[in-house]
Amino acid sequence: MMPNLPMQAVPPDWPGGYWWHWLFFSILLIAFVVIMVMGAIWIERRGMGRMQSRLGPNRTGPFGLLQPVADAIKVLLKENIVPDSADKLVHWLAPVIAFAPVMMIFAVVPFQNGALLADLNIGILYVVAVSSVATLGVFMAGWGSSNKYSLLGAMRNVAAVVSYEMPLVLAIVGVVLVAGSLSMNDIVLAQDIPFILLQPLGFLLFFTAGCAEINRSPFDLMEADSELVAGFHTEYSGMKFAMFYLVEYAEAIAISAIITTLFLGGWRGPVLPPWLWFIVKIFIVFFFMVWTRTTLPRVRIDQLMALAWKFLFPLALINLFITAIQVLVWPDALPWGLIIVNIAIMVILVVVWSKFFKLGWGRLEV
Amino acid sequence: MKFERYGIGIIKGMTVTIRHLLRHPTVNQFPEQRLNVSRRTRGNELIWSREKCTGCATCAKTCPQGAIEIVTATNAENNKYEVETYRVDTGYCIQCGLCVEACPYDAVFMGYSYERAKYRRGELVQTNDELLESPERPASGYYHPDIAGKLPVQTLLVDKIVEKRK
Repeated sequence: MMPNLPMQAVPPDWPGGYWWHWLFFSILLIAFVVIMVMGAIWIERRGMGRMQSRLGPNRTGPFGLLQPVADAIKVLLKENIVPDSADKLVHWLAPVIAFAPVMMIFAVVPFQNGALLADLNIGILYVVAVSSVATLGVFMAGWGSSNKYSLLGAMRNVAAVVSYEMPLVLAIVGVVLVAGSLSMNDIVLAQDIPFILLQPLGFLLFFTAGCAEINRSPFDLMEADSELVAGFHTEYSGMKFAMFYLVEYAEAIAISAIITTLFLGGWRGPVLPPWLWFIVKIFIVFFFMVWTRTTLPRVRIDQLMALAWKFLFPLALINLFITAIQVLVWPDALPWGLIIVNIAIMVILVVVWSKFFKLGWGRLEV
Repeated sequence: MKFERYGIGIIKGMTVTIRHLLRHPTVNQFPEQRLNVSRRTRGNELIWSREKCTGCATCAKTCPQGAIEIVTATNAENNKYEVETYRVDTGYCIQCGLCVEACPYDAVFMGYSYERAKYRRGELVQTNDELLESPERPASGYYHPDIAGKLPVQTLLVDKIVEKRK
């Protein structure tokens, strides 16, 4: 279906070879993530404020741009409190374990053609594998705090991640089938038409499952403040809390970057330089996350599970099946025809499956 | 067929939030930007007129909180009371306005103030000259339509505020 593109990334020709490449990109990625997180926090707080007819933080710096900096300083100066009965080592290690995999995701995200830390030929598989490790950090935090709310939040997080990993991966497989490669760079190179048009249902599933995976509202059950105080990070303060806060937004940025890469054509776009396109698209996806977070109320735990297993999982399977047929039978079909067919299939499937979707053995009318 | 079940409800909610994003926020930035106070408000202060007051202490009798204290002396020559002390403990005052309504000589008025937090309890008590009307303490039009009628017409809506009242 895809024309024959040069299906490999061109690695930048650094004078010092591999190690310079590694050093440069490691520093760049850390700076990128921290700055993007600050931007994300600003967009979230201001955007959410405006959506709720408030102004949001506007006192620190122009338009409140320095609010994340002020928050960071405040949190750094705070006392680090560890509960007496906590498992000290696990409690100390948890934020680090939660943070490291999020940074590792960015290793395979291409900023422009070939501009990435490591062009793994199993890039997207690596993302799926590594991103799940962050859950371990969250569970360690819940366990190590020796607090029932922390543990409950962590258990919920594990349940949610295990459930939502399946539709997430199945949605990714659809993209991989169309692109014909697991490498993130090759997936971007294959997108002459952004895959959101060829895989609209896949995008919907990935967006929903991704939001649940990183526990953003409406799926933020693990830190549901009306039920669990603050969930897994109830017992964290000071720098460790800042790490979890950073992880939360870095994960959102990571999922936005993956959605951008898989569905929105990554760094490809006219006029603007590729890296700028990439950042703009990340923020557009992140804005959608903020938008859904502001709008939708938090779901219950049974609704969360039902949505994963009764709605997203079967739809992901059907989506995979349809994509496979399309790739096998009409590999050279007109893209515009396929786009219209796929959007129609998405609408029909969502409506029909909503009809089937029942909670509590059908006793509850939603 | 309930369309709310098929994602329409989500889309409806999303349009509401995006409309809120695009319109002007309905909050005001308090210390810099103030809403107009109604011309007939009952603020947290009392304005007392020494000239009109006869010392009858009707206000003190009506006050449900007992916040008003009046000390009078008899002036035998004019056959009148003379007010020695007129003291209001605004810490007790519940801004009900009964004293203003009860006064037979129109000698007390409500004020506009709503920012009278103090560091010490005693500073809330106002005596004699502190209670007089002044440009900083204008009398409100509460129970006095003639005063309210003289004040400029104003709006209480957020986006139409033209004047600023300190």
